[in-house]
Amino acid sequence: MSASQIAECVRDGETPLGPARSALVAISEAESGPEALNAFVSLNPESALTGASSGLLAGVPVAIKDNLATTDLPTTCGSKILDGHVFPFEATVVRRLREAGGVIVGKTNLDEFAMGSSTENSAFGPTLNPHDRDRVPGGSSGGSAAAVAAGYTPIALGSDTGGSVRQPASFCGVVGIKPTYGRVSRYGLVAFASSLDQVGTFGRTVRDASLALEVISGHDPRDSTSVQREVPDFSGAGERGVAGLRIGVPDEYLPAALDPGVRRLINEALERLVDRGAVVSRVSLPHTNYAIPTYYVLAPAEASSNLARYDGARFGVRGEGRDIGDMYRATRDAFGKEVKRRIMLGTYVLSAGYYDEYYGTAQRARGLIAQDFEAVFKDVDVLFTPTAPTPAFNLGENTDDPVAMYLSDVFTVTANLAGIPGMSVPIGELGGLPVGGQFLAPWWEEQTMIAAAGALEASFAEEST
Amino acid sequence: MTWEAVIGIEVHAQLRTARKLFCADEVIFGDAPNTHVCPVCLGLPGALPATNPEAVRLAVRSALSLGCTVHPESVWARKNYFYPDLPKGYQITQFDRPIATDGTVVFDTDDGEKSVRIRRVHMEEDAGKSLHDRIPGSTAVDLNRAGTPLVEIVTEPDLHSPEDTRAFLSALKQTLEYVEVSDCNMEEGSLRADANISLRPAGSSGLGVKTEIKNVNSFSGIQRALEIEIERQRHVLDGGGTIQQQTLLWDDHKGKVRPMRSKEESHDYRYFPDPDLPPLRVAPEAIREAEKALPELPRARRYRLQNELGLAPYDAGVLTQSRVTADYFEDVSAQVGDAKVAANWMMGPVQALMNDRGYDAITLPVRPAQLADLIGLVLDGTVSEGGAKKVLAAIAEEGGEPRAVVQAMGLLQVRDEGQLFSWVDATLESHPTEADRYRGGEKKILGFLMGQVMKRSKGQADPRRVNELLVDRLDR
Repeated sequence: MSASQIAECVRDGETPLGPARSALVAISEAESGPEALNAFVSLNPESALTGASSGLLAGVPVAIKDNLATTDLPTTCGSKILDGHVFPFEATVVRRLREAGGVIVGKTNLDEFAMGSSTENSAFGPTLNPHDRDRVPGGSSGGSAAAVAAGYTPIALGSDTGGSVRQPASFCGVVGIKPTYGRVSRYGLVAFASSLDQVGTFGRTVRDASLALEVISGHDPRDSTSVQREVPDFSGAGERGVAGLRIGVPDEYLPAALDPGVRRLINEALERLVDRGAVVSRVSLPHTNYAIPTYYVLAPAEASSNLARYDGARFGVRGEGRDIGDMYRATRDAFGKEVKRRIMLGTYVLSAGYYDEYYGTAQRARGLIAQDFEAVFKDVDVLFTPTAPTPAFNLGENTDDPVAMYLSDVFTVTANLAGIPGMSVPIGELGGLPVGGQFLAPWWEEQTMIAAAGALEASFAEEST
Repeated sequence: MTWEAVIGIEVHAQLRTARKLFCADEVIFGDAPNTHVCPVCLGLPGALPATNPEAVRLAVRSALSLGCTVHPESVWARKNYFYPDLPKGYQITQFDRPIATDGTVVFDTDDGEKSVRIRRVHMEEDAGKSLHDRIPGSTAVDLNRAGTPLVEIVTEPDLHSPEDTRAFLSALKQTLEYVEVSDCNMEEGSLRADANISLRPAGSSGLGVKTEIKNVNSFSGIQRALEIEIERQRHVLDGGGTIQQQTLLWDDHKGKVRPMRSKEESHDYRYFPDPDLPPLRVAPEAIREAEKALPELPRARRYRLQNELGLAPYDAGVLTQSRVTADYFEDVSAQVGDAKVAANWMMGPVQALMNDRGYDAITLPVRPAQLADLIGLVLDGTVSEGGAKKVLAAIAEEGGEPRAVVQAMGLLQVRDEGQLFSWVDATLESHPTEADRYRGGEKKILGFLMGQVMKRSKGQADPRRVNELLVDRLDR
């Protein structure tokens, strides 16, 4: 059942904890069996479930990425450094879900501190792709994407810093939304790169993912970067249709080297949209090439500072040492390889003498990338691109090649750099593996991309009936 | 060679807010360790800062009181370094775009008026406190202070002597106290000052290599530390040596500076704009209003008391030392209608009473209206000056309206002419010899006769009238 159907049943009198109890039983069974995906880092015991019989998400089981603070379950960020650490406060988005009647069933696996594109960088082992257990689910929100794709929960929360919701949604064949920067509170989201991080949602349908987004959106005085704006009707936006909608297809997102299968699926999807009344045109975002290098300067720079607090002095795991320097080193040795790599990178690009060359240049490039979008959105209402260059890759395929891994975010990082909303929606399969298409919309225009994604989803649904 | 000292100052002043800069914890000095902390000031993962508007208001006010230009937009930055009392591993401060720049502080010295340019004023959060003596062999950390709002005030190197530096700091402190932005209590650490010092050949305009003196917790300490450091640098330079740029720590007990270990200062702070906080915006209108709301500053007030009320420079200085004293004085003076009389009372009996009982102009139980009434009773002869001092002490102790207390204490002066004449006449009758000596030209015998009349009246006669009546009778 979809989230909206469950909520309707519960509001109509079904026992509020029923759906979550069934979900827990199914998850425990599947995750302890031979087909286990390792999607969860921790599960709530049945006795700890709480839910409500009213609200937009009444009784809906929800999975939460394990970098969002919860007060009942630990929040590990997929890191040994926070192993078992229970936070004394709750993330605003988790509170909003619960207040809307949602039932938190567990915390999902992720790349350590959300740094990665495959969920292989977790201290708790990789998560597997439900469509093919030899393949990665994408990342960093791989656990949430897999949980929704496997049918464990109808919706889940993730976080998206460079594509960490959209890319796993694409790999797992579900819908994933990253809203406009500032739409959703980051309070209680453990920071990776604060100026890029945004909490996003997963659903099996456009409606469910949008419904979850509607619930978690809105200004929060605790997050100074969250914006005071009314939250539109996201959940209904998927039914608006695309008649007359101007869809731009940026050349830079369909490079010559693109997987021909992915290109074909993109073109087919565009035909479906045209059939429903959309107007498609080719556009250009000339600074797209700078996105990956820009991202891999800015995100590590912020991360190197954000992760300084894991010093063993006040919380989490403390390494032993004879003096303070030893204690820091022993404590911070618990970080995984990729996290250490990014801290080193970030420390370097901010250091005296290099700041202007790296951080300064990257900030300017970031401005140019945002200007590209500003310009193109004068001519089109929404953009359509592949979410990722390929379908899910094999476990271990990119683990020794960080640059190859980084390039799987090539189509998604631009939205984070510009702060615009983006979402991935399934557009077909290649060799049994799902492929997602990405809609990008202007700042605060989530409804437009939800409408486009809804229309595409509807055209696939028509076909299968 | 003759050397000229070139000194610049950095002052950290704690802003007087009820709550911390980025969270709702109370700012309280001296409570049990780690009792005013929350996820934000503990730097827990997931917690985010939200700026306290009261702190911004006070920072704007501080900057305006120092004649600075307040910028409608400034930027929060992170200063990254590891230290156990720095919870996030970075301090939120302002770097290349501070909230205010380009001010001036004018102050008075024995050689006349001087001025120091203020380069910048920026806001930042304080760190916690490392306690090295609480637990043997370990360092304990108290984070009650972490996140307390500060302004850092940086001067241009416009000072040239330790004495001037001290005078400047006093003037700065007085200004910040006047505009009520900081308690400026050096013992509690709400005001801290570091000094940069270098020497150059007298008459030249370049700058020599400087050292920075930290860890000084009094103005006299700054003055001493600078005197010692100037001597040290002079000695090195005269001997043909060169000064090494370094940070020195002042040891107040030993009266010495020692170099900070290079490990302690070899920081690359990796400043960058804090992505958790949008640029700090202050509406131009709010800046204009804050400017209008500034009270009269100490120097202006002192000159007004001199020029408009005719007080002596010294008196005006004493009475404007603190804003509350000046307010009290002006209130009394306006009611009495005679500034000099009011000033004499303030600096005499009232000051004595405050020193004696540990009161200040706020806590003094005698309110300005009561003091003004009491002075009025002295001026119209209802009570003698000596009597009034007793009444002042009594009111401070037990309260009451001056006239009623004068009466209750039996200090009313007798001004009834008939009664006064009878005392005068009786006195002259019993001292005919002295009366004749007066009439013979020995005018100073009048004092003796006065004393006799007062004695006869048991001190209740109005001495001024007695004086008049005596002279009148004797000259007749």
